[in-house]
Amino acid sequence: MPAAIEAHELTKTFKGGVRALDGVTFSVEAGTVFGLLGPNGAGKTTVVRILTTILRSDDGRALVLGHDVAKEPALVRTLFGLAGQYAAVDENLTGRENLRMIGRLNHMASKEVASRATQLLEDFQLSDAADRPLKTYSGGMRRRLDLAAALVARPSVLFLDEPTTGLDPQSRIGLWGVIEQLVAGGTTVLLTTQYLEEADRLASQIAVVDHGRLIAEGSPTQLKASLGATVLDIGLGDAAVAARAATVLHGVGGKDVHVTGGDLELPVNGGPGVAMEALRLLDQAGIVPTRFTLREPSLDDVFLSLTGKKAEGAEGASEVATA
Amino acid sequence: MIDELRWAVRDTVALTVRNLLNYVRVPEALFFSSVQPIMFVLLFRYVFGGAIHPTGYSYVDYLVPGIFVQTVAFGAVATSIGLAEDLQKGIIERFRALPMARSAVLAGRTVADLVRNVVVALLITAVGYAVGFRIQTNVLAFVAGIAVILLFAYGLSWGFALIGLSAPNSETAQVMSFPLLFPLTFASSAFVQVDTMPGWLQGFAAHQPFTIAVDAARALMLGGPTATLVWQTLAWTAGIIVVLAPLAVRRYRLST
Repeated sequence: MPAAIEAHELTKTFKGGVRALDGVTFSVEAGTVFGLLGPNGAGKTTVVRILTTILRSDDGRALVLGHDVAKEPALVRTLFGLAGQYAAVDENLTGRENLRMIGRLNHMASKEVASRATQLLEDFQLSDAADRPLKTYSGGMRRRLDLAAALVARPSVLFLDEPTTGLDPQSRIGLWGVIEQLVAGGTTVLLTTQYLEEADRLASQIAVVDHGRLIAEGSPTQLKASLGATVLDIGLGDAAVAARAATVLHGVGGKDVHVTGGDLELPVNGGPGVAMEALRLLDQAGIVPTRFTLREPSLDDVFLSLTGKKAEGAEGASEVATA
Repeated sequence: MIDELRWAVRDTVALTVRNLLNYVRVPEALFFSSVQPIMFVLLFRYVFGGAIHPTGYSYVDYLVPGIFVQTVAFGAVATSIGLAEDLQKGIIERFRALPMARSAVLAGRTVADLVRNVVVALLITAVGYAVGFRIQTNVLAFVAGIAVILLFAYGLSWGFALIGLSAPNSETAQVMSFPLLFPLTFASSAFVQVDTMPGWLQGFAAHQPFTIAVDAARALMLGGPTATLVWQTLAWTAGIIVVLAPLAVRRYRLST
């Protein structure tokens, strides 16, 4: 089966010499969800903007359903839907007017535009708010409308650029449900996110991006296995104690111990068992932790284990990328 | 080709509707942008008017064609603010990713401003009548005068589109527009006769396009030779569009 989305060695350098992409290659199988995971400024949005014909890459090639985005941009624009992190809808227009406008600009027949708008408003539980200007919508409602707008022309490929960034947890979970339904219907989705939890829940394949490069790729299970299923997070108050604790805990759980100031993190596979052993060892050494928790790995942990350093928001690059 | 043109027109209409809805949906902006030209009429009619005595006209008659041009020119700033805002908010990103005509974003903006100017012209006509303005020619010539001004304003919109696309944000777009607008509007025949200005200013004021457009409208509304002035205004309008529209389109393509 041919890939729905392909990127080959994409590079992009912005004015001022910021290298946003440094040879990005991946492919997305039709009907699956591909997650691009990375911190702010990693280059995720730049990838999406190139794939959606908004921006041209300096080098490399990108295909959507087999069509080159640089050579056939007009055709490619008829193939995908895009929902961006800025919820690019008109806030003085009502939800219905926004969807109709997008439908017309997608060159749909006038009759279909109206019925499609009504149907999407219903599907996204926005019927009650359909004829209210968007500025009265909550953040979650705006994102839902933005997503609905991306779906007006029934695209088989969907780009979601940080669809839940800035949303409260409840709205985020609601939006996840909506995206899951779309995928069940056979849509191919490329999703960018800063949240490991989001990529884990939605994507069948994840690529981790940092400084314009893919630094890891695999299924969520593979990525988490390489990392450890949980993270043991121990607070020790000061750096000297933390360093001593790191020596004591060396080898526990089979992974490297990371020390940041007075804190210590240990990726582990056998959570509770390892935690008990760690407590015992600390007790024997006479060390009393100020905090002792087991938690799900975060994006920071993925970065820590892949690069040996915390994920840093390359603010300069992200500003250029969104300018 | 024909199909492409048809889509370009449809896309332009879709965005024109969107831009007009935006004007109507912000009642405060709509109210104050209507109040402003009325204030200008009253200001010049009753505050400054007593001190200005144009030869051959009563001041209220002299004033109204000038107010028409001043109002549509000030209104054209909306084009630059609107485009700067769209760029800033990211809605233009979405437009770029849609299979729509590339030209429609700018065309939809300038056409929306043209439609708005028609409404503004009706408002000024009504207010002008209320304060004593009377057509000295005939209704047809008066309507022709308004048509000339509307075309001229449409040309200006492309210039302000260029400013809006070059500005980093909508506030700056507004600030960037006025240094251009003030000398063109006030150092013209819109409010006073050019021969009352100092010699060094007359050279500019007598030949710049605002004066020519105002004089054309004034001749059509109040009488006098019209042909040369109207042709000159249309030539300026065409020239502005031919030079600035491609620059604006280029700027739009590059502004990612």
